[in-house]
Amino acid sequence: MQNRDVLVRRMTRRLLLGAAGMGGLALLPAPARAEETVDLRVPGGPSTRPITTAYAQKGRMILQRTSPPWLETPFEVFDKGVFTPNHQHYVSWHWANFPSEIDVDKFRLTVRGHVNQTLSLSTKDILHGLPRVELAAVSQCAGNSRIYMQPRVPGAQWANGSMSNALWTGVRLKDVLDRAGVKPGALQVRFGGLDEPVVSDAPKFMKSLAIDHARDGEVMIAFGMNGEQLQLLNGFPLKLIVPGWCAVYWIKMLNDIEVLDQPDTNYWTVTGYRVPDTPHNTVNPGRTGFKLVPVTRNFPRSFITNIRSGDMVPVGTPAPARGIAFGGDCGVARVDLSIDSGKSWHPTQLGKDEGEYGFRQWQTQFTLPSRGEHTLMIRCTNTNGEAQPDFPVWNPAGYMRNTIESSHVVAA
Amino acid sequence: MLRTLLPASTILCAILLPLTGHAARLDELKSLNLELPSSDMTFPDGAGADAMNGNCLACHSADHMLNQPTLPRKVWEEVVDKMINAYKAPITPQDAATVVDYLARTKGTM
Repeated sequence: MQNRDVLVRRMTRRLLLGAAGMGGLALLPAPARAEETVDLRVPGGPSTRPITTAYAQKGRMILQRTSPPWLETPFEVFDKGVFTPNHQHYVSWHWANFPSEIDVDKFRLTVRGHVNQTLSLSTKDILHGLPRVELAAVSQCAGNSRIYMQPRVPGAQWANGSMSNALWTGVRLKDVLDRAGVKPGALQVRFGGLDEPVVSDAPKFMKSLAIDHARDGEVMIAFGMNGEQLQLLNGFPLKLIVPGWCAVYWIKMLNDIEVLDQPDTNYWTVTGYRVPDTPHNTVNPGRTGFKLVPVTRNFPRSFITNIRSGDMVPVGTPAPARGIAFGGDCGVARVDLSIDSGKSWHPTQLGKDEGEYGFRQWQTQFTLPSRGEHTLMIRCTNTNGEAQPDFPVWNPAGYMRNTIESSHVVAA
Repeated sequence: MLRTLLPASTILCAILLPLTGHAARLDELKSLNLELPSSDMTFPDGAGADAMNGNCLACHSADHMLNQPTLPRKVWEEVVDKMINAYKAPITPQDAATVVDYLARTKGTM
C-alpha cells in the first residue's frame, strides 16, 4: 500500500508537472504532496483513488487507470440531475491505441459486407444526409460496481460510477443500413472503431448485434451528447448507441459497420463479456460447470444520492431522500424506499420522465422512529415488472451487479 | 405600437431560440487534436519487478494492477493466462511464472 501511494502520487505529479525534478519532489514534506483522493469504501482495499483533472475535456474524475483510461464519474455528480455533464461522463477503453487527433474532414464511416452497395460516409453525410433523432440513454459498463462483489474479482475496480446518462443526438442505424441496402440472409452487424490493440495479433475490439436488433429503429449512431459534439474520450466523432444494453456494445470512434451473413466469431463477441446463464447471472462463488452467455441488456438499478453510509439523520423528524433510478432495457415503474432493512417498503415520487432508457429522479421524505443505526434501502421496479434482487449478485467476471443498495445511517 | 411589437418579438424569440441552441451547434463537427496523459509509473521493486515492467506496461499502466484487490494465486494464474491467450501478450513461460509469483506475493490472499 505504501509503495502504491508513493507511486500514484509520483505519477499524478508527473502528469501535472512533467517528468522533471522527480527526485526533489519525492522528498517534499507530506502536506506539500497532498492531493485530492476519494475513498471508495471497499472492504479489503485498495480503497483510495486519486481525483484527476488531467484528461482533455474532462473535469474532476476518479482515476481508476491512467492508460488506457478508466475514468469514473464521482458519485456526487448523480445527485445534481439526471443528465451527467459531458465533462464528468465516465470513460473506459480496452486498448491504448486510439487517436487523440481526429480530422473530421478525413474521417469516414464505412458500411460494407452483405449489402448492395458499400458506403463511405463523411461526418457531413451523417449530420445532414439523414433524419436526425434524439434519445436519452444510460451508458453503463457491464462491470459497474464490480469493486463491491464479495469475494472480490479481478478487472476494472469500478465503484458505482461507470455509468452516465446523456441526451444523444444522431441518426438511426436502420437508416444507414437501408441506404447501403442489406441483402437477404444477413445475420448480424459488426461494429468497430478507430481503437487498435497494442499487440498486433491481439483481438481488435468489436461487437455485433443481431440484424433485427440493428434495424429496430432505436439503435443509433450518435454525433452529439447533451447538445455538444461527442467528447474524444467518449468516442468522437461517432458512437454507436444501443439503448438499454450494456456499454460494451456502444462502440466508440465508430468507423466500420460490417453486415455479416455468417455468425461473428471475433473474440469479443464469442468469448469476452460472459456471465452465467442463471437467473440474475448469479452463481455461488466456487461453483463451476455453468453455461456462459454474453452480457446484453441492462437490469434495473436505483441509488440514494443525497445520503451516504455513516451519515447522521435527525430522529423523529421528516428528512428528504432522493436519488436516481433506471429500468435497464425499459422504463422505471416505481422506486420504493425502506427504512427498516427491507422489512417494509414505501413508494417514492418519480421525477420527470426524460425517456425510458435514461435516469429518472425519485424523491421522498422519511422519518426514523428511534435513535441508533438504521439501514435505508432503495429498490427500482421497471415497467416490465422486474425488481432489483435483495441478494448479492456474484459471478467470476464481476458483471451485471444490480443488488438493492443499502445505506447505513445513524439517527440522533 | 409597443403592444403589437412586444408579442411579435416574443414570438420571434420563441422561433429563433431553438435554432441557436443545440441543433445549431451540431451543424458541423470540429476536428480535435488533444493531448492525453501517459504514465511512466513502474511496479514497486522486488523479485519479479523487472518481468512485470517488461511484460505488462506495454498494454496498460501499472495502476491497473495496483488497484486490484488481493486474490488467490489461482485467480492470478487465470488473469495471466488470459493476458497471454486471449490478449496475446508475448510473455515467455518463464516470465509468466515470475509474473504470477510477483502478483501472488504482492496481491495474494493467504
